[in-house]
Amino acid sequence: MLLQEIRYLVRKEIQLEWRQKYALSGVLVYVVSTVFVAYLSFRTIRDIPTWNALFWIILLFTAVNAIAKSFVQESGGQRLYLYSLCSPEAIILSKIIYNAMVVSLLAIICLAAYVLFIGNPVENMGMFLLCLVLGGTGFSSALTLISAISAQTSNNATLMAILSFPIILPMLILLIAFSKNAIDGLAWAQNTKYLIGLGAINGMVVVLSYLLFPYLWRD
Amino acid sequence: MNYVIYPASILLYFLLCYLVGKLAKNKALGFDQGFLLSLCLSPLVGVILAVTGARITARTLWWKLVAIALVVYALVGGLLLPVPTLPILNETIRNLYFHVPMWFAMIGVFLISVYYSINYLSSGDIHHDMIARAAVWTGMVLGALGLITGMVWANFTWGAPWVNDPKLNGAAISMLIYTAYLILREALPEESKRGQLSAVYNIFAFSLLIVFLFILPRMYDSLHPGNGGNPAFSLYDNQDLDSSMRMVFYPAVIGWGLLGVWIMTLQVRLLRIQHKLREDRLDADTEYDFPASSPAKETHS
Repeated sequence: MLLQEIRYLVRKEIQLEWRQKYALSGVLVYVVSTVFVAYLSFRTIRDIPTWNALFWIILLFTAVNAIAKSFVQESGGQRLYLYSLCSPEAIILSKIIYNAMVVSLLAIICLAAYVLFIGNPVENMGMFLLCLVLGGTGFSSALTLISAISAQTSNNATLMAILSFPIILPMLILLIAFSKNAIDGLAWAQNTKYLIGLGAINGMVVVLSYLLFPYLWRD
Repeated sequence: MNYVIYPASILLYFLLCYLVGKLAKNKALGFDQGFLLSLCLSPLVGVILAVTGARITARTLWWKLVAIALVVYALVGGLLLPVPTLPILNETIRNLYFHVPMWFAMIGVFLISVYYSINYLSSGDIHHDMIARAAVWTGMVLGALGLITGMVWANFTWGAPWVNDPKLNGAAISMLIYTAYLILREALPEESKRGQLSAVYNIFAFSLLIVFLFILPRMYDSLHPGNGGNPAFSLYDNQDLDSSMRMVFYPAVIGWGLLGVWIMTLQVRLLRIQHKLREDRLDADTEYDFPASSPAKETHS
């Protein structure tokens, strides 16, 4: 029952987004313009830590922007109707899954634009892409619950940034270290601790969101 | 607040057993034996405290005096009593009596906070929310003190007040998470929604605190003792046969813990007074004049 609800809700989100393409196109423009601004000042970046850090900064703010819209763009009546039909667990899990897909897609597009403009020093592209997907799911799971909390306050965007930043930080530390290993082309065996750490944080945040969201949606 | 009694009695009795063991001729009770003995005897202490009517509540005095006595003892004894000489650390090991008890007290106070947050979600009683908020504030002060003592210590032993270390980063991030909790409370003017959202965020924040302070640092390379393959505290003390550090350390933990709880109860009382004043002012402002009421009311308007 829960799986059916989740599947239906995720399909609904994709359909709604595909009809208007409002949020996705806005964020795409954000990504491309940020990368272009970086290109204008750097031209090309040979130093790997700088390349890595700048990439993750752009991706982080893109993800925060993309997920901030997820709870805000539904109107009150729509939300009430939806909440009377589905269980809150299904709603939060479907939003996490949908946001994870969106941020992963954005990460790949961001990588494509970045490589096009600024250069491609990545040795192990497969590992790097896995890192992007893990990062996408991590950002999505942490930010979706925060977005639900801050959607109920008056100053949404600022509060979302303040609340999400401390939680994203350790995830970001692990992601940056992992992606740097991927760029340098290190073996998989050396990266297992990052995979375990990222998997653990992701899993824990998803479980917490699943447990805590029912207390939020009652309003 | 009565739930504090049994853990407190366990700790107090452990201390007693330990000191008794020390006083006995040539007998030093190790950590394990003392712990087991205190576990077996702690219900006895609980019974004694319950029968004599001693309670750890905001109003009773005895535990506050105990807190003062233990902290003063930890301060004086910590600086004057002998410590084992270790390479690099030398006399700075004395910072252990301040740095670690502050962090333990912070964890204790945050535990109280999350307990009352969970209580608030099921009960809706605003006093539970007030206790949670007071506990977070007190815990943040203790955590800041822990960070400062840690930075002083790091400056002498590692050469710099801050290094790129998982435990230190985790501690700083946990402080930031709780700062965000207080900011979230400020952004919500309505009482019940504020209580609900901050309770949810508090549970989220506490779980992440446990992960960032205890789980993640043990997985990665770290300079901090107890993480990343470094020896923890018990190894410092085992080299020294009579466990002289524990004589000051355990009373310090209990003393700072009780002190933290005391400060928290003071904050709770302050919040309750503010809340009552606000409620009284609201009640006084709502005066309706009903036209068809007693003559006294008519002359009033």
